[in-house]
Amino acid sequence: MHKIESQNVNFYYGENQALHDISLSMKENTVTALIGPSGCGKSTYLRLLNRMNDLIDDTKMTGNILIDGTDIYGNSTNVDNLRKNVGMVFQKPNPFPKTIFENVAYGLRVNGITDKNEIEERVVTTIEQVALWGEVKDKLKKSAFELSGGQQQRLCIARALAIKPSILLMDEPTSALDPISTSKIEELIYELKNKYTIVIVTHNMQQAGRVSDNTAFFYMGNLIEYDKTKSIFTKPAKKQTEDYITGRFG
Amino acid sequence: MNVENRLANKKRRSQKIAFGIFSFTSYSVVALLFVILAFIVVKGIGAISWEFISEMPKNGMTEGGIFPAIVGTLCLVLASMIFAFPIGVLAAIYLNEYVKAGWPKKIIKQMTNNLAGVPSIVFGLFGMSLFVNKLGFGDSILAGGLTLGLLVLPVIIRTTEEALKSVDDTFRQASLALGASKWETTSKIVFPIAFPNIITGLILSIGRVSGETAPILFTVAAYFLPKLPTSIFDQAMALPYHLYVISTSGTNIEASRSMAYGTALILIIIVLISNLLANGLRKYYGKKVKMN
Repeated sequence: MHKIESQNVNFYYGENQALHDISLSMKENTVTALIGPSGCGKSTYLRLLNRMNDLIDDTKMTGNILIDGTDIYGNSTNVDNLRKNVGMVFQKPNPFPKTIFENVAYGLRVNGITDKNEIEERVVTTIEQVALWGEVKDKLKKSAFELSGGQQQRLCIARALAIKPSILLMDEPTSALDPISTSKIEELIYELKNKYTIVIVTHNMQQAGRVSDNTAFFYMGNLIEYDKTKSIFTKPAKKQTEDYITGRFG
Repeated sequence: MNVENRLANKKRRSQKIAFGIFSFTSYSVVALLFVILAFIVVKGIGAISWEFISEMPKNGMTEGGIFPAIVGTLCLVLASMIFAFPIGVLAAIYLNEYVKAGWPKKIIKQMTNNLAGVPSIVFGLFGMSLFVNKLGFGDSILAGGLTLGLLVLPVIIRTTEEALKSVDDTFRQASLALGASKWETTSKIVFPIAFPNIITGLILSIGRVSGETAPILFTVAAYFLPKLPTSIFDQAMALPYHLYVISTSGTNIEASRSMAYGTALILIIIVLISNLLANGLRKYYGKKVKMN
């Protein structure tokens, strides 16, 4: 069974159709890269997977998206629980204006964990998991804003992982970071793959090549091609895909 | 070469003229403020003494102090804020965080703006007919406080809304993406971040409330009442109204002239102190938010 399965998904902002009949399935513990020029619908698609688009007024979606076989737009789905299972990392590092510790603990608290020891233990393990422990262990009580951009982004990943999701959505997670921070995040993605199903939107072709198992190419709201990353980058089936990855447009 | 130079000179000259006008206008505003302040300080400082701020008015308000008016104004500020601040803040949270875009939101916003434009004497009349007569509070701190509260409600709503709007949307999204409910997101993330700026609304409304005369005219203000209020159902003197009384209809206007300026000075000092206090609060919470 596929971890994530979309069937004939259409999505509209008002009258404007942003996604056309997208059918796309992802296996457990894989990394899927969504690529395509700006405005192609890749971020819109990503935000359907944790129902972030619900926050935008006047939108409409048709089709089905199944996670672990359950329709996440079905009546029995609780959105808060869905989002607990499907974590998200944003384009710009956006830690809360709280301490480093509280940033990671927040998700635990809102999900009903009150035991102090458990919170502390999970905060520490998660910060270790994103390879940030060595850098922040002496300043857990300091503001998260004192960290560098790359550290902030890893903290945001820790924040998302603390509540033990099974899927991690990443919306251009390195576009605001320098090359060294970027490579640290990419290494992290590579390691996290063992435990999570990851979907990453990226503008960086090399990044898609480095971190992902499969790549989906979106163009003007259509899914043009979806295949193993290797195949997409070495012998794309469609002319549009080839033009895009070789930099002829986009 | 020559042409280029001339063009560069011309550009520099027009820039200088533009900036000159801008700086002139902004400095004249500051200067005007200082002139007004200096005028009041110079005229009023002579009247200020410990007796002036701690004693009852005497001898037809030409001697003695303005203590009851100071206390009255502080009571009115407090009463109006207790009423208007929570309501205004909650209304703004509702408007900014919960209501979807559409005509109900537009109507509420338009009405709030209209309310802000209603002349304060109209609030006074409304307060008199509703609070004083209909609800039977009589001329009282309660009636006056509620009237003043209504008057500043739009100010509080609008500044709170602006404060909430300035909270980066990615904080909301990050919180919701963790499975937090909308209420958790609003109360634990958005509100604490906006709080220092919400205090700005409080500052503005305190300034407004302590200076308003028309709304208290028929709802609370006493012409001469040489005792302190003991409950919210008591009448009270208030600084702006006292100022009006001793400058226009006192027993001896000439004799109480310096007291009028003294009263004005005290009023300004109260507003100034409350602004400084609120500003300090704002800075304190601004720091605390980052550390929390």
